[in-house]
Amino acid sequence: MSNQRLVVIGNGMVGHKFIERCIESGAHEWFDISVFCEEPRLAYDRVGLTGYFAGKSADDLSLTDEQFYKDHGINVFIGDKAKHIDRKNQIVRSKNGLELSYDRVVLATGSYPFVPPIPGNDQEHCFVYRTIEDLDKIKASAQGAKSGTVIGGGLLGLEAANAIKQMGLETNVVEYNNRLMAVQIDDGGGAILRKKIEQLGVGVHTGKLTKSIACGGEGRYRMEFSDETELETDLVIFSAGIRPRDSIARACDLEVGERGGIVINDYCQTSDPNIYAIGECALWRSRIFGLVAPGYDMANVTVSHLTGGAAMFTGADMSTKLKLMGVDVAGIGDSHGRTPDAISYMYTDEATEMYKKIVVSPDKKHLIGAVLVGDASDYGALLQYMQNKIELPEHPDSLILPQRDGAKSGLGVDALPDSAQICSCHNVTKGDLCKAIEDGNTDLAGLKSCTKAGTGCGGCATLVGQVLNSELKKAGVEVNNHVCEHFAYSRQELYHLIRVERISSFQELLAKHGIGRGCDICKPAIASILASCWNEYILQNDHAGLQDTNDYFMANMQKDGTYSVVPRVPGGEITPEKLIVLGEVAKKYNLYTKITGGQRIDLFGARVDQLPLIWRELVDAGFESGHAYGKSMRTVKSCVGKTWCRYGVDDSTSLAIEVEKRYRGLRSPHKLKLAVSGCTRECAEAQSKDVGIIATENGWNLYVAGNGGMKPRHADLFASDLDKETLIKYIDRFLMFYIRTADRLQRTSVWMENLEGGLDYVREVVIDDKLGIAEELEKEMAHVIGTYECEWKKTIEDEEKLKRFRHFVNSDDTDDNVVFVEERGQVRPATTEEREELLSGKKGQSWNHS
Amino acid sequence: MESLVETNWTEVCNAEDIISHVGICAQLGEKQVAIFYLKDEQQIYAIDNYDPVGEANVLSRGIVGDLNGEVVVASPLYKQHYNLATGVCLEKSEVSLHCYPVRDRDGVIELGLP
Repeated sequence: MSNQRLVVIGNGMVGHKFIERCIESGAHEWFDISVFCEEPRLAYDRVGLTGYFAGKSADDLSLTDEQFYKDHGINVFIGDKAKHIDRKNQIVRSKNGLELSYDRVVLATGSYPFVPPIPGNDQEHCFVYRTIEDLDKIKASAQGAKSGTVIGGGLLGLEAANAIKQMGLETNVVEYNNRLMAVQIDDGGGAILRKKIEQLGVGVHTGKLTKSIACGGEGRYRMEFSDETELETDLVIFSAGIRPRDSIARACDLEVGERGGIVINDYCQTSDPNIYAIGECALWRSRIFGLVAPGYDMANVTVSHLTGGAAMFTGADMSTKLKLMGVDVAGIGDSHGRTPDAISYMYTDEATEMYKKIVVSPDKKHLIGAVLVGDASDYGALLQYMQNKIELPEHPDSLILPQRDGAKSGLGVDALPDSAQICSCHNVTKGDLCKAIEDGNTDLAGLKSCTKAGTGCGGCATLVGQVLNSELKKAGVEVNNHVCEHFAYSRQELYHLIRVERISSFQELLAKHGIGRGCDICKPAIASILASCWNEYILQNDHAGLQDTNDYFMANMQKDGTYSVVPRVPGGEITPEKLIVLGEVAKKYNLYTKITGGQRIDLFGARVDQLPLIWRELVDAGFESGHAYGKSMRTVKSCVGKTWCRYGVDDSTSLAIEVEKRYRGLRSPHKLKLAVSGCTRECAEAQSKDVGIIATENGWNLYVAGNGGMKPRHADLFASDLDKETLIKYIDRFLMFYIRTADRLQRTSVWMENLEGGLDYVREVVIDDKLGIAEELEKEMAHVIGTYECEWKKTIEDEEKLKRFRHFVNSDDTDDNVVFVEERGQVRPATTEEREELLSGKKGQSWNHS
Repeated sequence: MESLVETNWTEVCNAEDIISHVGICAQLGEKQVAIFYLKDEQQIYAIDNYDPVGEANVLSRGIVGDLNGEVVVASPLYKQHYNLATGVCLEKSEVSLHCYPVRDRDGVIELGLP
């Protein structure tokens, strides 16, 4: 029997999710699947569309590619639109003239933006905000514009407003209702939100009905409102809600709702059982769901029904939490208190601009809704109260009133049952988290990576942290971040003590704040803090004993007790003359030579007594220490950029050299790696670095907290299209904030994942200067930069220090346990067996004789 | 208890050649000896320089400190701790190092051979 034929109409987020589910369940093997994709590209992340303005490319937003469809035997017609469904003959006809017979059809046509019928709404600079093409048009129009206006103050409208504000336009939002985000929040929340958004320099006009868009005087257009007021603007974006795209269903007489939407039953079937509808085009029990998650649910239900399962769509919770222009906003359940006899509690704090409201059942036993503006940290817990029907405390208002004098908040995670879903993106329950904690995942980053909780939208991250702390406490694990037994302080606290009390030596710190003698944990950690703060010479007598052997000998110890030498080669750019010097030094001292991933040359097998000799030659040739041995800024990798490359858009090599020279010698909680790419082809692999810089047409994009190594992590886009001055300012602040607050041996990636608030929080500190420390951070960095000197140059000029570079204090002999053999024309350390054989004098070549 | 065997002392270096809490290595016949001088406590220790776990002569380059009151050096290779007074490895009690008699005689550091 041949396969059934399935035609999917629409390839938005929900349409694509449906295909993914088909593949996951194996349904794609029972059906011949064909997909119509009207847009010129396959599904992309429409929810994250605004990221396109923040420097993400269409590729970045893409959710899939043609190969994926091909690999799974799915036909996809890109740029073709299904025009008509002939239900009698079971044929779908397309705009390009295709005719496909079907057994089943899935409609995933989505929605279109509603454009109010205002005279003048179809002019050249009037736009909607839905597709990548829309955004391209807005971008082009903004080029010659000074001001822009968004009609509609809902979620998407505010996002659009933020986007054009970022483009430097004077921005206004016009809303017909009396408050912003009328669907999700109430008047009290709306007032606080309005105040906050106005402070950001966006004009807010509520209660305004636009009468017409006429020719402007100063601007391109003049918007005229029904209250006889006016507003001049150069471009208009309509964001006044969505309407289901149901015309194809109407044309073939499927049942549609009075106000649009294709009527479906609990199995997502339309009035024709062979045709399903999912996502924003579907109308279930008179409701349209304008969020992506319910659409995904419908996709699941449909796949289940097609394959004989019994899953049903049961509606969806429309609770949302988001950050709009840096303002936290959340609405949960019945946020307006429309349930009969519902009781509301409200708390407004105008000082910190915060609004909280909860709506509870008439018997005050259960939470049925909530609104949070300005501080949505209770979102996760409140959602739990509602979804799990947890009984409220005697005084429900205790959930939103500020907790002072150490009073215990009513929102304890302990109250949640094990079945409580903490992360809805990855369906992780409290019980799953507890199990993972029990299994030894006792830090936030580990717990997140093991359970995936908090790695989707990130909305539950705070709650995950609370569960972790509460479980550890219950298990009697003292949550203690002390550096070691000698200091009852975290690294961050020690850093603070050293700064504030201007402590300049380990002995002083130990005497004032520690006990015992110190150890191999606290000594290097404190040496690193002292270096980050005061940048004194690390071989100074009072610092020398704190250093790991790598820092002490300023080279990297290898397994046989010899060291490797890595001179600085800024940006990876090296002259032939210098390259020859490295080769000659390597030859002279019989060093094994290898190119590193950071575009350096590593010379292995140097004895301690050879290090000063090697470095004298290197310093004479103009080399500096590369700090490959330190927990410090290591390398700035670069591509050749526009100087040579046909595709380069900026001079990445020059910037890399400048950045490397700026931060050379900077000591930090762990090593720091940087890179600069000259275009989005990203040949320098900047997105795997602690700090990555990528050239764009309009400046530089800054990425942070990437990581290669054991646990690779893609860096996050931190800010885009920066000029060089701003770029450097942000890197200064970012690095210093990391140095200030990270734990010892914590890379930027783990640091940021463990920070409450994560990337957004770091942005607030670095870009918005939320903590008011930006200037301080820059000053601290300026001190390190201003006091830089090459440690090796200083050392070889100091006869006293050079005395330390001997293997024996009482002899010029060298270590006879160090034995090399030859491999591929170079030396390598002998294995234990080889060494024993060689030392017993049978054959060979110890380095003493070479 | 008095030692029954008289110790033969060998001059190694001057006390001022050693930085407090920073190890140095001395040659004693065929042996390599790591010496640590905690000058503020007037304590001086000498153990094998050879790290039997890492199989290299590196212990003089380890960081000195204390763990639960025991004075130790951490191997720079794999970070095992050796008790400076007894030579016992804290992480692997079956491993222990030889300890040598050592003293500061009027500013001259001397190692003893039994």
